[in-house]
Amino acid sequence: MKRILFFLFTALSIAGPAHAGIDETINNITAPIASFIGTVVFFKVPIAGANLPLVVLWLVIGAVFFTFYMGFINLRGFKHAIALVRGDYADPNSAGEVSHFQALATAVSGTVGIGNIGGVAVAVTVGGAGATFWLIVAGFLGMSTKFVECTLGVKYRNENPDGSVSGGPMYYLTKGFEERGMVGFGKFMGTFYAIGIFIGALGIGNMFQSNQAYVQLNTVAGGALDGYGWLVGLILAAVVFAVIIGGIKSIARVTEKVVPFMAVFYCVFAIIVILMNFASIPAAIGNIFSGAFTGEGVTGGALGALIIGFQRAVFSNEAGIGSASIAHAAVRTDEPVTEGYVSLLEPFIDTIVICTITALVIGTSQVADPNFAGDATGVAMTSAAFERQISWFPVPLAFGALLFAFSTMISWSYYGLKGWTYLFGEDQTLQTIYKLIFCAFVALGCVVQLGPILDISDALVFLICVPNILGLYFLAPVVKREMQAYVAKLESGEIKKFKH
Amino acid sequence: MENVVLLAVDGSDGSDRALDHAIARAKQGGAKVVVAYVIEWSPYSFNTPEENATRHKRRETEIERANSEIVAPALTRLQGQGLECDGVVRHGHPAETLIEIAKEFGAAQILIGRRGHSGLKSLLFGSVAGNLIQTAPVPVVVVP
Repeated sequence: MKRILFFLFTALSIAGPAHAGIDETINNITAPIASFIGTVVFFKVPIAGANLPLVVLWLVIGAVFFTFYMGFINLRGFKHAIALVRGDYADPNSAGEVSHFQALATAVSGTVGIGNIGGVAVAVTVGGAGATFWLIVAGFLGMSTKFVECTLGVKYRNENPDGSVSGGPMYYLTKGFEERGMVGFGKFMGTFYAIGIFIGALGIGNMFQSNQAYVQLNTVAGGALDGYGWLVGLILAAVVFAVIIGGIKSIARVTEKVVPFMAVFYCVFAIIVILMNFASIPAAIGNIFSGAFTGEGVTGGALGALIIGFQRAVFSNEAGIGSASIAHAAVRTDEPVTEGYVSLLEPFIDTIVICTITALVIGTSQVADPNFAGDATGVAMTSAAFERQISWFPVPLAFGALLFAFSTMISWSYYGLKGWTYLFGEDQTLQTIYKLIFCAFVALGCVVQLGPILDISDALVFLICVPNILGLYFLAPVVKREMQAYVAKLESGEIKKFKH
Repeated sequence: MENVVLLAVDGSDGSDRALDHAIARAKQGGAKVVVAYVIEWSPYSFNTPEENATRHKRRETEIERANSEIVAPALTRLQGQGLECDGVVRHGHPAETLIEIAKEFGAAQILIGRRGHSGLKSLLFGSVAGNLIQTAPVPVVVVP
């Protein structure tokens, strides 16, 4: 560990004098790459004055299809999901295995990130208040997509010789298509996904997180960190390095314990701020509904608001991306569909609860003072909304943003790693190489400006929806059979509650 | 109620003294001794994805180690005295899980050694014996 620190300090002292211009140089290099990837992935079709990226349409159709095909599992399965998480159906003889609660908590800490604080602000800025409405609808529909992908994640996972498990879309795509006699196609899809999640892990789960954490820290510090992105980046990278390579579990454990606390703390204060703006609540809610259907002042009108809402919702809850199924695959259960039930709570917590609360904080502030944030966007805008009512709040918010970012980075480092090991095998040296690349991108994230980063990470994450959702369509009948068999067992009393 | 006593062990000196007591009591009354060790674990904790992925293997290692290092030596001693006995290793909240095991085996009594923590330490970490006394459905004997 000492050697690592020494190395980092050496790196810092070398980088120190040369830092001027580094930020700009890297920006100049990445911006064109970002815009190229963005144009390809978000190929837009003009419909009724709005530009509809085909990939967003792809996700919406998928979510709507799974909601109907599974018979509104997002509504019907909700109560059972909570019973499972509470452990009502947990067999005492399997105590000590990963519980449903633990799998959910791990997956949620991967999805509840900066997107819940900053992404919503971006949505409201670009798509108007109405984007919030579509964000909630997208969260609701996304619950069904999650149900399907997480059931498959458990059903088709690999059990390694050392007793650990590897699961996720790359495995269900490969094995699922193999079952249907399409061996080559399955391999191709699995490989495509694995490459996508590996690169995506460096964007949405990494650079975007560290970037927004830096922006928020800098805002709180009153701009004192301007030009020191590389320094914040190196420090963040060092901490991530300590956890994922140094194996310093205590840091991860502390974070995992503090994050849920921070999420509750954030929600409580958000509700306080909303209540302090109580006079603006009716107008803010009114704006959300009217904006959703009229799209006043938004490019592309109501459709524009819808597109932005859906885009941000997926970016936040990851339904359709398949990443969460990698985390959920660790649960040991005889009934893969139980993990599907549990996972549908994820978009609910992430999007319907936390994102909506953030949107209301911003919305009520906007009603009270349309120019409350100046020209700030992202996390800085949310922070300004809090600051209007509670002057000291940006400080704990910055701390919270840092923790959210950190826990999301840890989760995503694992998702990316699983993509990597799918491609290159479980070799330890190769895994370490991946982790080093991951740390380098943490540092890089603080250097590049928000624009190119958002574009790159958005594009990559939306790109892996293509093979994932295609696979979900093919395998949905498998999930439906599993679900029907499970419900039959529940009704016949074959599966019973252990706790009463 | 059957003639079964549950002996809660944790490998400490206190639990050795409790074992002595269990042997004496079982010899007198001809009781069967169930030796139980609970690995402290909660289904509501927060883990990293890596921890979850390797959990199954770690659970097996934990159970093996508890069996070989704590439960098996106690069983050997009991068998050496010609007593009927059984061993259980389980994950969970210590006091709650011990009570569940006691119910499963129809134990008439729970024996547990005293750790002798006082003041701050017991305030921070709680006491399994103390919890058992408050919540067990059968008499609890705390062996000093």
